[in-house]
Formats: sequence, C-alpha cells, structure tokens
Amino acid sequence: MSEYSVEFKNVSKKFGESTILHDLNFGIHEGKITTILGFSGAGKTTLMKHILGLVKPTTGEVIVKGTTINELGELPLREFRRNFGMVFQYAALFDFLTSFENVAFPLREFTKLSEKEIQDKVLGLLESVGINREAAYKLPSELSGGMRKRVGLARGLALDPHIMLYDEPTSGLDPITTHMVYDLMKETHLRNISRGFSSIIISHDIHATIKYSDYIVFMEKGRVVEHLDTESFKRSENPVIRRFLEL
Amino acid sequence: MVQLVLKQINSIGESLISLVNGLGDFTLFVSRTIFWTFKPPYRVKLLFDQIYFMGNKSIFIIFLTSVFTGAVFAMQIYLGIKAINPDSFIGPIVTIALAKELAPVLSGLVVAGRCGAAMAAQIGSMKVTEQIDALEVMGINGYQYLAVPRILGAMISMPLLSAIFLLVGYTGAWLIATKVLMIDPTLYTQKISDFMNLGMVVEGLIKAAVFGYLIGVIGTYQGFNVTGGAEGVGKGTNMAVVWGMITVLVIDYFLTTFLAQIL
Ligand SMILES: Nc1ncnc2c1ncn2[C@@H]1O[C@H](COP(=O)(O)OP(=O)(O)OP(=O)(O)O)[C@@H](O)[C@H]1O
Ligand SMILES: [Mg+2]
Repeated sequence: MSEYSVEFKNVSKKFGESTILHDLNFGIHEGKITTILGFSGAGKTTLMKHILGLVKPTTGEVIVKGTTINELGELPLREFRRNFGMVFQYAALFDFLTSFENVAFPLREFTKLSEKEIQDKVLGLLESVGINREAAYKLPSELSGGMRKRVGLARGLALDPHIMLYDEPTSGLDPITTHMVYDLMKETHLRNISRGFSSIIISHDIHATIKYSDYIVFMEKGRVVEHLDTESFKRSENPVIRRFLEL
Repeated sequence: MVQLVLKQINSIGESLISLVNGLGDFTLFVSRTIFWTFKPPYRVKLLFDQIYFMGNKSIFIIFLTSVFTGAVFAMQIYLGIKAINPDSFIGPIVTIALAKELAPVLSGLVVAGRCGAAMAAQIGSMKVTEQIDALEVMGINGYQYLAVPRILGAMISMPLLSAIFLLVGYTGAWLIATKVLMIDPTLYTQKISDFMNLGMVVEGLIKAAVFGYLIGVIGTYQGFNVTGGAEGVGKGTNMAVVWGMITVLVIDYFLTTFLAQIL
C-alpha cells in the first residue's frame, strides 16, 4: 500500500483550447488533512473533480487508493465513488428535498437501514453540524448559506467515506461558523483516522489552513507551485506564497 | 470576391460542423438514456411523481383547449358545408380529426410548453448548482435519476392527456352540435359509429406516446446541456419549448404517413 491516498501522474487537462491543469505530479498523504490553496480560477475545483472521476484528464493518470480512476468503466467508477464524501462549494443540496431528506438520501439509496435508524442517524448528523429540528424540515431555499453548507457536510458524512473532499467549505461563512466548521472537519478526521481516512480541503483561507492542515498544496494558474508540510510551508521563500502569508 | 466566397463557404462549413456535433451529442444522449432505462434500480416512484407532476401541470390547459377546439371545430364545419346538409357529417369529421390529429398534436404542444420547459428548467438549474455532480459523486447516474423518469413519464402521460383531450373535445363538439346547431343527437352518434373505428383512436394514442417521448428527450437534453448560470437555464428552457413544438409538428407529418401504411 502506498503512503498516498491520491496520486497525480503527469496529469494535464484541457477544456477546448485552454489548458486548465499543467502536468501535475504529486501525491496526497493517506490519513492526513491536505489543503489545496490557490487564487480563484487556479484550477482547484477541476483538480478535485479529477479525484472523483467526474472529469477525466486529457493526459496522465489519477490514482486513488491504488486504482487508476480515469481508466475505470462507468459502473465500476460509480461503485468506487462510495469511497468519497464531498461537500460542494455552494453545498449543492437537492433543492426539491428538505435538509433531513438531503442527508437521508445517500442512506436510503445505499443502505438497508430501517426508517427509525435513518431518522436517528440523520438527526444525529444534523445535530453534530449544528442544525436544529426546525431547520431539518426546511427546504434548502429557506436556509441561509451557512446552514446549507452544514447540511451539505452532514450529507457528505452520511456513508462514512474514506476520503472526504471539501470545496471551499467555509466561503461565505462568518468567522465563528468558519471555526466551527473547521473544528468539525478536524473532529471528523480524527474520529475516522484509524481506518485511513484522508481529508482534502480546497480553500483560500490561509489562516485556517495553516491552523488545521497537515500538508498544503499551493496552486497557481493550473500548476502546483509548492507541496509541503505545514511547518515548511510557513517558511517557504516563494514570493507568491509569502504574499499570501502576509495577507 | 474570392475572399468573400471563401468566407461564405467557411461559415457554412462551420455551421455544418456544429450541427453535426450537436446531432452527435444528441444521439449520444439518447443512447445513454435508453441504456439507463433498462438498468436497475428501476425508479418507479420517481416515474409516478413525474406522471403526476405533468398531469397536474397541463390538465387545466388541456381541458380549456380541448373543449373550445371541439366546439369551434364543430361550428366551423357546420358553417363551411352548410350547403350540403351537414348534419350527418359534423360528428364523424370532428371526432376523427380530434382522435387522429387534434388531440395528440395540441396536447403535444401544451405538454412541450408546460412540461418540456419544466424539465429543462429543473435539470438545468440542478446542473449549474452542481446538484448533478452531487448525484454522480454518490454514484447515482444523473440520466437514470433525472432523465429516464421524465422521458418515460411524458411517454405515459401524453396518451392519457390526449385521451382526455379527445373526450372533452368530443363533449364540446357534441354540445355545440346538439344544443346550438340542433342536430339530432341519435343521428350525430349514429354517424360517428358508421365512419369511425377503434384504429383511429389507437393511431392518435400512438402519436401521443411518440410525441411524449420526443418532448421528454428534448426537454431533458436541453437541461443537461445548460452551461453558465441562470441565463443558461433560461436559454435551455426556451430551446426545449421551441424544439419540442417544432418536433411535434414535423414528426406528426411523417408519423401520419407511416401509421397510414401499417394500421
Ligand atoms: N467544464 C469546463 N469547461 C471549460 N472551462 C472550465 C470548465 N470547468 C472549469 N473551467 C475553467 O477552468 C478554470 C479553473 O476553474 P476551477 O473552477 O477549477 O477554479 P477554482 O480554482 O476552483 O476557482 P474558484 O476559487 O473560483 O472556485 C477556470 O478558468 C474555468 O473557467
Ligand atoms: Mg472552485
């Protein structure tokens, strides 16, 4: 078994004429919290979609837990995706379902839990992210942006994934909620670490990143500029990173 | 001059390429939806939800359209052939026209406008807000979960709605014929059964099912192809309606020719 849960080998991605990812070569350590840091448009979301097999690289391979994911066929890929939990940038809650039903959705699809067990698990998950009973039965359109994020987090955790991906989980949240969400991600990580759980967070919040991450991948214009453990990152001499750090 | 001609040829070439690309995309979409229709799990509840939704969305307009179509049509035929003692003809002419053409085509136009648009809007907004990605991440196929129930739903709802159209339109015509034009009700129904057969009703229902399928495929295809925010959703919705309606009208011609040969 490799020390990496995810590996990029010579990965490039073009959309039409424009190259969004340039020849990426790096690994994401298993059992760690890794943050992918970078400015808007750097290609962070696109990178994450490669990990999930939602987007295929133009060249190169993406290896997740020893499986070359871009070579998997449609059905094995679907099966494989159960390894992942994902929290989307704008939560991506199903707008036709209540918070409760959103979190229950993966449980209803993929487990044989009874209605009572689902009820308990969902309410437990919602409570752990700070969503009360009243909000649980509201539609996403009736919730604030922060509450939607938290429901999205609960939904991502429902199936006990091995790799948890967060696309800017705290953008648009107030500082207190931001810390709560980070604490929650950390807690989730530590709770699951014994089964080789990896957390991958996309962010442009430098301070929270330094506080909570084990490794930092810094991206700029589709390239990985630095990939370091947090301590070394803080001492990086790279001018762009220095600028980012001094914000 | 040569430059200009070359430019023309170039632009024709480009439109051709994009048309072929579009058709290729569409064909791919159609084959994927067919593949996922036969792949378990079969999402029966979603299918019934869609049938209910589509019925709910169009039934009122279908009622309104059909009762007036029947009534106006009866009146027009009466006025048009007044000279040759129309009493025996109005019933069969109106009913045959309703059964074979008016019910499926007008229901199709209503459903394309109401449901085709709704399909593109719902799926399109799910696309731009990453909800379809969220489904995919959970290992659920978007075509299976979103497109298949809508396509099958439209295929089932359309004959039902078309049958309602026929029934209500028939009633509208009957009311005008017997209560306003004072045609003898016994003669009216007698003549209908002289000239009509069940095959004509079946023909209309087959048409309706085909239209339903096409409206469903076009509406969901437009939804899945939405790009770029709310504006894109509006554009996709619009395309779904326009292409849905055009397709119903054009395919009706070919279907009529085809069904005339086999029925
Ligand atoms: N499907 C696509 N087709 C064409 N271009 C795309 C597509 N997806 C992303 N891009 C382009 O790729 C670039 C990187 O996008 P991406 O969403 O990965 O950036 P990001 O780092 O996540 O930015 P942000 O912080 O704003 O979310 C952008 O210029 C975007 O326009
Ligand atoms: Mg992004």
